Amino acid sequence: MNWFKKLNTAFKKSSSKITDNISQIFTKKKLDEESLEAFEDMLIESDMGITTAQKISQNLKKTRFGKDVSEEEIHNFLASEIESIVKKREKHLVLDFNNTPQVILMVGVNGSGKTTSIAKLCHTWKDQGKSILIAAADTFRAAAIDQLSTWADRLSIPIYKKSPGADAAGIVYEAYQQAKKDNTDILIIDTAGRLQNNSSLMAELEKISRVLKKLDPNLPHQSLLVLDGTTGQNALNQVQEFQKTVPITGLIMTKLDGTAKGGILVQIADQIDIPIYAIGVGESLEDLNQFDAKSYAESLVSTNN
Amino acid sequence: MFQNLTSKLSSVFDGLSRRGTLSEDDVNKALREVRLALLEADVSLPVAKQFIEQIKEKAVGQNVLKSISPAQMVIKIVHDQLVELLGAEATEISLNTQPPAVILMAGLQGAGKTTTTAKLARWLTQKKNKKVLLASLDVYRPAAQEQLAILANQVNVPSLEIISGQKPLDIAKRALKQAKSDGLDVLILDTAGRTHVDQDMMREAQEIQSLSQPIETFLVADSMTGQDAVNSAKAFHEALPLTGIILTRVDGDSRGGAALSMKMTTGCPIKFIGLGEKVDQFDVFHPERIAGRILDKGDVVSLVEQAAESFDQAEAEKLSKKMAKGKFDLNDLANQLRQMQNMGGMGKLMSMIPGVNKMKDKLGAAGLEDKSITHQIALIQSMTPQERRYPKLLNASRKRRIAAGSGLDVPQINKLLKQHEAMGKMMKKMKKMKKSDLSALESKMGQLPNNPFNPR
Repeated sequence: MNWFKKLNTAFKKSSSKITDNISQIFTKKKLDEESLEAFEDMLIESDMGITTAQKISQNLKKTRFGKDVSEEEIHNFLASEIESIVKKREKHLVLDFNNTPQVILMVGVNGSGKTTSIAKLCHTWKDQGKSILIAAADTFRAAAIDQLSTWADRLSIPIYKKSPGADAAGIVYEAYQQAKKDNTDILIIDTAGRLQNNSSLMAELEKISRVLKKLDPNLPHQSLLVLDGTTGQNALNQVQEFQKTVPITGLIMTKLDGTAKGGILVQIADQIDIPIYAIGVGESLEDLNQFDAKSYAESLVSTNN
Repeated sequence: MFQNLTSKLSSVFDGLSRRGTLSEDDVNKALREVRLALLEADVSLPVAKQFIEQIKEKAVGQNVLKSISPAQMVIKIVHDQLVELLGAEATEISLNTQPPAVILMAGLQGAGKTTTTAKLARWLTQKKNKKVLLASLDVYRPAAQEQLAILANQVNVPSLEIISGQKPLDIAKRALKQAKSDGLDVLILDTAGRTHVDQDMMREAQEIQSLSQPIETFLVADSMTGQDAVNSAKAFHEALPLTGIILTRVDGDSRGGAALSMKMTTGCPIKFIGLGEKVDQFDVFHPERIAGRILDKGDVVSLVEQAAESFDQAEAEKLSKKMAKGKFDLNDLANQLRQMQNMGGMGKLMSMIPGVNKMKDKLGAAGLEDKSITHQIALIQSMTPQERRYPKLLNASRKRRIAAGSGLDVPQINKLLKQHEAMGKMMKKMKKMKKSDLSALESKMGQLPNNPFNPR
């Protein structure tokens, strides 16, 4: 099921890395308090958060303090630290096609990239010859249904939609019946963006999940939370709060093609037991990569762009 | 977190309190904590460093006011400096040019440009009496132009007719022409989201800017942005010259440190904030509010203003009198609950009160989450007018009737009655409170005329 491109070119396009300043930090040969602090700052600048940054720099201190360190050594150390943190969350999105339709619920805050991620996912599934139905359950945002329809047309995938303002849970219910009737392999549901502290919108999401559970207690098979890679510490809240409403089965982090380093992903991996499935690295349909801990850590740290 | 910072600072100052002036050593210790607080709030590291340097200069040698602790003193200095840097006062939008005044909206993907464009149009129409035209130059994201057209319709502002296949620059030209020939005051150009490292797209933005000569070029930016805020804001400012920033999703629970990062990096004022998905959830920027938020100090001023707007003044006066007499019946409770709902529910209300983050989970236990407000109102509505005035009448049989009528159960009625009783007691207590934590809140609320929180 290795249907994402390996994490590579697109991510490396990103113009800056955690370690851009590394040569300035380790001008002296010996690792002292000052360079250690600068090292920690460098990690914080990637949105890794203070706790995780301190943890990594303490590990560095334990093994290397007062010793001669080369830039390369620091590189390798950091890459392996990051890899060991994110490795335990590296999972493949596995769908069970003996049990169709596989229902996938896409959730996230506004503007995180849910709709585009759906198009990218559908593109990969379509290449594998899977039949798909898209449910347009974002009935709130203006033209959200049109946006999704355009993608569906481009990909020649059927879409179940109603007029704006329709009840989202109702659409989900009917789309499922449709997918069942047509023997569709995958039903992917686009939901409206919602901030995790908006209790009424979170209640609406809970309703969607409840409606699905009534159809089959195993539904949805996957609930994917889409996170914006430029988000700071709030991404941690997002994971925790969405998790309370619909059990999130995995994460997709988008917009890692800018200068944001997405270090928050390391922090989330460090603090929350939740699989990371994929990262978005651009606007074209191919720009969704399966999450690979090793190449993620290396691209985050490497300087040879 | 503010509580957190206060308590951390208090422990730093343990044993050195009340020494008159803040020494450099005291300040250094305190600032280490302040720095961490800023970083946790997503203030970018270079900005946090610069900020700390400025604070240090201001704080060393300061006399600690008699009434407050050194920790509070440092927080006050930090807060004041934050307010000053964020913009000492609200900066007006500039439209002072030969009409149509062009406003260009730019930003990263998903920042909220299109929604903000419609909100700004509504604001200009309603608050400034301007005739506005909207045009979307986003030919890349599917249905982006349709989205703006729908929103324009919602806010009763015309939008440029969509001609598919037209290039952004040509759309801009057409929009300018139409705004001129229709004699409109303002033209807002919504552009496609772009990553600042995408050179082609940044060049396109420059071309749009030089063609349309906007008087305002706004960076629309997500208030949840992390450390990268400095990079993106800087890149946009270098490519476009920006004239201002609009912060979106301020209704979220992020700490909003990106606001400080972007303001300090670009020097551009933050002019507006977006507070929700609806077109009227938009306001001019108030620096104190974001400053308080970065320090997790809550948004007392906004809360007070919103409370004043939502509370019916006549109702409030009546309530004040009743409260003063200690007569607060279930009708009054129902009114209060309804007004709470009008203010956006308990969650929103609580999020604006200082130091309440930790309390949020306890709200459920106290029966104050939004759903239970609806239930409580249903219970009260199932009572007879007499029962509402004299809750003591409620015996077991009446309670069963009310439970059946409201679709709820007797324990819920008991809970409601207990809560009502507790509120009555609390109100009596509140009258006695003078020098407690509430004093700041009270004094601010006291400035409002006919204030519901300030029974006289």
